[in-house]
Amino acid sequence: MTIKQVSVFLENKTGRINEVAKTLSQHGINMQAFSMAETTDFGILRLIVSDVDKAVEVLRGENFAVMLTDVVCLHCPNKAGALAHILEQLAASEVSIEYMYAFAEDDMANIVVRPTDIALCEKALASIEG
Amino acid sequence: MIWNPNKECMSRDEMHALQSKRLQKLVTYVYHNVPFYRNKMQAMDLSPEDIRSIDDIVKLPFTTKQDLRDNYPYGLQAAPPSEIVRVHASSGTTGNPTIVGYTRKDLAVWSEVMARCLTAYGVTRDDTFSVAYGYGLFTGGLGAHYGVENLGATVIPTSTGNTEKHIRLIRDLKVSGIACTPSYALYLAETLDKMGLTKDDINLRIGAFGAEPWTENMRKEIEERLGLKGYNIYGLSEIMGPGVSYECQEQNGSHICEDHFYPEIINPETLEQLPRGQQGELVFTTLTKEGMPLLRYRTKDLCTLMEGECACGRTAVRMGRIVGRSDDMLIIRGINVFPSQVESVILEMPEFEPQYMLVVDRAGNLDTLQVQVEVRRDFFSDDMGRMLAMKKKLADRLKSVLSISADVKLMEPGSIERSQGKGKHVIDNRILK
Repeated sequence: MTIKQVSVFLENKTGRINEVAKTLSQHGINMQAFSMAETTDFGILRLIVSDVDKAVEVLRGENFAVMLTDVVCLHCPNKAGALAHILEQLAASEVSIEYMYAFAEDDMANIVVRPTDIALCEKALASIEG
Repeated sequence: MIWNPNKECMSRDEMHALQSKRLQKLVTYVYHNVPFYRNKMQAMDLSPEDIRSIDDIVKLPFTTKQDLRDNYPYGLQAAPPSEIVRVHASSGTTGNPTIVGYTRKDLAVWSEVMARCLTAYGVTRDDTFSVAYGYGLFTGGLGAHYGVENLGATVIPTSTGNTEKHIRLIRDLKVSGIACTPSYALYLAETLDKMGLTKDDINLRIGAFGAEPWTENMRKEIEERLGLKGYNIYGLSEIMGPGVSYECQEQNGSHICEDHFYPEIINPETLEQLPRGQQGELVFTTLTKEGMPLLRYRTKDLCTLMEGECACGRTAVRMGRIVGRSDDMLIIRGINVFPSQVESVILEMPEFEPQYMLVVDRAGNLDTLQVQVEVRRDFFSDDMGRMLAMKKKLADRLKSVLSISADVKLMEPGSIERSQGKGKHVIDNRILK
């Protein structure tokens, strides 16, 4: 399913990620998953949070450069070969992926995928599940 | 040794008389040949006859870099085009570069003053001398080149680039002297190390260093690592190029070739002439120039002038080290950089806030320039490729405007310190070292 990811622009500066986490926690927003893409001087922090609209509001209030990005979230069993199977199907449907990150919880894994074409990705996933 | 004792060791009275005579002639010349000066003098109700001695120079109008730009390309040229035999241009700033035309006599004066410098450093006909300033529109290369030829030493026109080849030539041709920027001299020392060579493998004994500010510590380091004695050389293209002033063996300030370039120190705020010994902005009048003579050209360089005979025997006034600028110009790797150039590039790009900071440093032996800019919220993208392209676009534009590469650092909006009143846009960490 397509969900909204919160992307935050960050300078590479000690304590900067902590300030994002602190701002969210002060407003009772839970981070369910995150990933960091970085270069030597800046980074892009990508977050999946419990309350997207509120997260954007409070982060902007603290002067962070924030934007929302559509990503696809999917679940698969937390076992060897499960992800490979899905990725193979996506490749076969010519879905190209800009980036992805995942987190596992007991016997299930959640995978956040940023495809170049959301609709194509959704269609490919539907055919796997169906 | 002294190249031209008649001029370099002239008594102060004789020098005063010579400068007075030359100034009168110069003022008459520009009054009749340069409408810019004629208009200025008429507006001040001043005629050439009002200038009877060099002390009357305070009556004359100043000339600024902006005047040169406003009169681009040849508006301040006094000699007819048929008399101009060469043109140099200053390193690029936004808008018009500064064009300087030289007559045959101007070039002769230039190689004369350069020969004075080199002789003061101890260069003789028996030396082999590498000129590692850039050849071309920049005055450093060709200016030093003809000075070495005039002196009669062997000139190796190395120019810049290909440092390993340069070092092989220095070793194999037993090069004994070199002219370059102090930062290039340090780079040369570093390359020497990298090639597994030491100062004992080469025969350098004299270095003529200039075109950028340098410190006593740099001098010591260069001297130690290259096994030579380093001398300061000063000049600027608007006045002539390298050779306006030079250090002698005493190294207590740089002697000004004041029979050709008359120096004054002024208060940059009030524009009043200051007595010798006081620090202020250095101003030059080109007493003998034909191509583009200038009255009271404001260099924006801050220093002091020292009188009194030097132990070397020269009587010419000496200038102390340049301690700063009365404008915000930076010299980075020998290139003039104005923060306003960076600003104009940033203002043209909607991707960035109009806030920026230039951080200048010296990494190893080379000057570095970092340009910090704030990314506008609307232009922040989750796509890393797009962010890197934005960074590259700015870096490319800066390179084409500044002629040197800058490291662009993307910052969060609001993160660059806002100052009250006049914005602070430069952090120069080199001064502290």
